[in-house]
Amino acid sequence: MGKRVGMEVSIAIAEAARLANVDVISAYPITPQTHVVEHLSELVADGELDAEFIPVESEHTAMSACLGSAAVGARTFTSTASQGLALMHEIMFLASSLRLPVVMAVANRALSGPINIWNDHSDIMSERDCGWIATFAENGQEALDFVLHAYRAGEDARVQLPVMVNFDGFLVSHVIEPIEMPEEAEVRSYLPAYEPARRLDGDHPMTMGPVGIPDIYTESKMAQDAALRASLGPIVEAWKELGKVFGRHYEPIMCHGAEDADILFFAAGGLVETIRTVVDGLREKGKKVGVASLKLWRPFPFEDFVRIASRPRVLVVVDRCLSFGGPFGPMASELKAALYGTDRRPQIVEFVAGLGGRDVPHADILTMYEAAERVLAGGPVPKPAIVGLRE
Amino acid sequence: MSQPFKLPGWRDLPVGCDILEPGSARRNRTGDWRSERPEWDHAKCVQCAVCVVFCPEGCIKMNEEAYPVADMDYCKGCGICQVECITGCIRMLREEE
Repeated sequence: MGKRVGMEVSIAIAEAARLANVDVISAYPITPQTHVVEHLSELVADGELDAEFIPVESEHTAMSACLGSAAVGARTFTSTASQGLALMHEIMFLASSLRLPVVMAVANRALSGPINIWNDHSDIMSERDCGWIATFAENGQEALDFVLHAYRAGEDARVQLPVMVNFDGFLVSHVIEPIEMPEEAEVRSYLPAYEPARRLDGDHPMTMGPVGIPDIYTESKMAQDAALRASLGPIVEAWKELGKVFGRHYEPIMCHGAEDADILFFAAGGLVETIRTVVDGLREKGKKVGVASLKLWRPFPFEDFVRIASRPRVLVVVDRCLSFGGPFGPMASELKAALYGTDRRPQIVEFVAGLGGRDVPHADILTMYEAAERVLAGGPVPKPAIVGLRE
Repeated sequence: MSQPFKLPGWRDLPVGCDILEPGSARRNRTGDWRSERPEWDHAKCVQCAVCVVFCPEGCIKMNEEAYPVADMDYCKGCGICQVECITGCIRMLREEE
């Protein structure tokens, strides 16, 4: 059994990388991820973690170094946010197409401009199609667990894919939370030393990352898509195993109060905790409302989602990002697409909330609930809207 | 020219499109790009090997009788040998001729 400690979440994430006994860390500091890599550099400098810490001059290089490190079979960690993730963009696609299980913790933050260092999901949503496995943690405990899970799932010989663990910048990263810190022995049993299925080795020469001429490229993309879709099973297995070892249980979509809900909130990340509090208050008043928390963004858990969405009559989707000139909330548009053609689908009320660190107080969540209640009563579905917007 | 590779289906590709066989590029014969091929007129050829030196593919070698011969597995038909030939003994023939 682990020890319950009060710890800043960024430090806990760095400790998760230590517990995973990573071999190489290549990272560049950026707010609000800084404390993660700062603490890791201290752990390495103090000899508490036997790893190579590569200080680089940009995130583009951080991710490039991660590729090299993962290609030779080293357990590799990095962390970034916002503009840093955007700067990695080009290399993100290589990590996934080369099938290298790099693990990255992303302290979700808005993208400039105007310059904004606070939390929303613009950074991760811009990386939607980069081919990584992507999980969303609500709090520090989940972030720590998901880093360990990321290695277990990503390094699985059936998977061999990079994984990013998303956690909200500041709202989660900088908060001191009660966290159950697992024992090293527990972690060793959950996450044994990495035995790469393939790696660059001078004694057994092979090539990674060759050119893919038109004769090959199409087939390579199909294979990559199939690999990411097929990773769903091992990802769920790795969560089940985590439950057995640490006693904390996770699924691709986790519901609260959904069994009888007419109105179901759907969101990802730390905001779910606030929604859950509001939902509990409404349920005490006899309202049939629940909340679904998306833990696995890629591969998207279509089956789970369609099953969960078949029960409520109104789904309230709360996006933390705006898709300019497109479908408004990027998550909502995907959820709608996933339900197109299904027999039983709810009305969908779309909101965007908490851009660039704007607080989402209980009152805003109640505003969204009331909009859903009007739809439930037979009113028209309102146009997608930003909650808390000044006219 | 024989087809050196059978193109794989998507399920047959190695993970990450790795190339597992070292030196396999040797089997990738690139001569099928060619639309013209060089022909030497031995009556005019003075066996100077200027074509050997200028061939950007390095695919022209001198044969046992010390006349130049192009390896058609790699000759792309660029015609540089014809341009550089001092005696004008090389002419380019269209592949279909």
